[in-house]
Amino acid sequence: METLAALGQGFLVALQPTNPMWGFVGVTLGTFVGVLPGLGPALTIALLLPITYTVDATAAFILFVGIYYGAMYGGSTTSILLNTPGESATIVTALEGHRMALAGRAGPALATAAIGSFVAGTIGTLGLTFLAPTVVELALAFGPADYFSSMVLAFVTVSATLGSRPLRGLAALAFGIWLGLVGVDLQTGQARFTFGLLELLDGINVIVVCVGLFAVGETLWLAHRASLRRASIVPVRGSLWLSGEDWRRSWPAWLRGALIGFPIGALPAGGAEVPTFLSYWLERRLARRPQEFGRGAIEGVAGPEAANNASAAGVLVPMLTLGLPTSATAAIVLSAFQGYGINPGPLLMESQPQLVWGLIAGLYIANLLLLALNLPLVGLWVRVRAIPQPLLYAGILVFATVGTYGISQSPIDLVLLYAIGLLGFLMRLFDVPTAPVIIGTIPGPLAEQELRRALTIAKGDPTVLLTRPLSATLLALALTALLVPLLWRRLVRAGLRRG
Amino acid sequence: MPGWTRRATAAGALATLGLVATGLRSRTAQAAIDQLQLFVPAAPGGGWDQTARTMEAVLRVTGMVKGVQITNVPGAGGTVGLPQFVNQWKGRPNALMVGGMVMVGAVIANKAPVGLQATTPIARLTGEFEVIVVPAASPHQNLESLIAAFEANPGSVSWAGGSAGGTDHILVGMIAKAVGVDPEAAAYVAFAGGGAAQAAILGNQVTAGVSGWGEFAEQVKAGKMRALAISADKRQPGIDVPTLKEQGIDVELFNWRGVFAPPGLKPEQVKALVSLVETMAARDAWKAELAKRYWTGILLTGEPFAKFVAEEIVRIEGILASLGLA
Repeated sequence: METLAALGQGFLVALQPTNPMWGFVGVTLGTFVGVLPGLGPALTIALLLPITYTVDATAAFILFVGIYYGAMYGGSTTSILLNTPGESATIVTALEGHRMALAGRAGPALATAAIGSFVAGTIGTLGLTFLAPTVVELALAFGPADYFSSMVLAFVTVSATLGSRPLRGLAALAFGIWLGLVGVDLQTGQARFTFGLLELLDGINVIVVCVGLFAVGETLWLAHRASLRRASIVPVRGSLWLSGEDWRRSWPAWLRGALIGFPIGALPAGGAEVPTFLSYWLERRLARRPQEFGRGAIEGVAGPEAANNASAAGVLVPMLTLGLPTSATAAIVLSAFQGYGINPGPLLMESQPQLVWGLIAGLYIANLLLLALNLPLVGLWVRVRAIPQPLLYAGILVFATVGTYGISQSPIDLVLLYAIGLLGFLMRLFDVPTAPVIIGTIPGPLAEQELRRALTIAKGDPTVLLTRPLSATLLALALTALLVPLLWRRLVRAGLRRG
Repeated sequence: MPGWTRRATAAGALATLGLVATGLRSRTAQAAIDQLQLFVPAAPGGGWDQTARTMEAVLRVTGMVKGVQITNVPGAGGTVGLPQFVNQWKGRPNALMVGGMVMVGAVIANKAPVGLQATTPIARLTGEFEVIVVPAASPHQNLESLIAAFEANPGSVSWAGGSAGGTDHILVGMIAKAVGVDPEAAAYVAFAGGGAAQAAILGNQVTAGVSGWGEFAEQVKAGKMRALAISADKRQPGIDVPTLKEQGIDVELFNWRGVFAPPGLKPEQVKALVSLVETMAARDAWKAELAKRYWTGILLTGEPFAKFVAEEIVRIEGILASLGLA
């Protein structure tokens, strides 16, 4: 009841005349930031930090969380329409979403992404409102060994993205892990695979890999195909809206995605990508018609999109309950708190109830505003596909280049962008799946670092992975997830032969 | 060709300044700095960036300059931005780069071709002392007990902090050396970003944690972490934590931050920048910002600061070498 009263107070704050306006500005800005490749919410909020000197705290935070949630919504749009995810958390969305768009079902794909984001964002925000103290306690129980084992579980999900040629997929995965290892090793301070370039010491930005592999790679691939035969544009077929069957297939995926995304987002080293991989893998395993996966299965859009947005709410759990900056965006929002003379820590909720609950109420409002903004936009976005492809993809190339340059103003990043883009093109040409590269780039180095942390703490004893109950459970889960489908197929085949 | 353009720009800037200097000789030194350009060799959000943005706010609010422009060139502890500042911003009389102890370490560890010696040191502005904490549930009630465990079996005490070779790691190395343990034998667990390290300490996953006081202060106040020692030179007002020195460990460490001008400035131009920074640091608005962010004002300007930087380079090189990083 106390929570409800506090939340009510929060709504009073968030609904003060100008605050919804700030929320609207935030979600609109966030949506566009999400749509543009390269630009992210962290950079945008950082650029807007000076606003904290003129605007009062609640308004500024409502603006910031609006941008944050908005970017999570916007990211899926280019994934679905153009197969060019602008950020790493929407790569999985492109796998099925773009297939749907190619089949003329861009409308339902965008709609399930928008509604799924709303549903999951709301579930996540509810979780943040009512479960935050419990969730954060569980999250703190995760030590390095447990993180390593959860990354092992994440690697199992690669099996869902390998396509018909597992060996090529595994090669792509290995390449991704290698890309992720470039830079100074955190534990020893030694440079790895940097070829003497200072610019590579911080590693290769995941956004550069992502935009290069998908936006640039896709553009080169389309240009190559267009030179072979006339590119055909599939017009939008049927309704823009979800059919009854779409609803039936979407809603369980939304719920499952939200349930995966929120807790993983709340883990201090969880991130937004791993839950999308897990959700995709799970939807594929649970689907009645798994053969549709890879050809545009709506569950494959609904689940990961929900997971992505719920994890965004999860990230706010350690931030608001303990003052922990567990993502780049959270770190910048926390530094904005300091601009107001508020030092975010475990007492934040007690010392600044107005602000915290106003912010949480702002999240509910942002979610609603985003749904209201994005559903009508579906009609507009699908028309993007009517733009002649040469013009459209030339525009994407320009945005990708400018966006990448904007991250660090580094010419090296541009060279990398096009080198990785060329590689993305070659991978498409030789039918090598690209998604495993990202699965390697993100959890790969994380798994490495966590394993070494676990071993340092345990004085080099590897059995720590099995003696910690959480870690052992996660490893057992990973093993089950890997083996059960294989055994099941054997059994079914054996049964068929007998029958 | 770019070399020529650069030289032309520099010459142009100098010519402009010459005009300003001759034409406006009667005006105060600050008048020459109308638009200040701040170069931040790190991404938005970090300590250097916050320093620059705080400077911007104070300079603008107090009307000391008309405008401040901030340029971020992130990468590799500042060693990506540093050569750019030294080469491309050469001779600009209204430019300052934010940097500090971390950059000294990064130049050494990364074997960067350009060091801070290539700049014109203007002022040391702030320092953040470090704090050593243990989880609330830790059996170690004081530093003595933690150090005893460390001396008995260095590998069994795990220290969580920032990246290898950074300020936190350097402090662990200095403590190890001071108590007679091989710094390389310390079980240092590096985390990227403060959030993950704090989570590991709060979750009782590591023996101890090391970080800037500001980062852990709220956790200490809330009783979630126990502060055993700070690395300041003396007790700090309002902070009930003894220093390392008080507890018999002769170690003092400030993660200092300051500003540097590009090379190729005339003495009067350097003077103008020094006086601008000195005036700013004396303002109440600046002092209020320092208190908000747990920064200690340790102003040191001009020649003495240049000498301090030279000494820091030698000192940190020695520590990094003992950690196996230089």
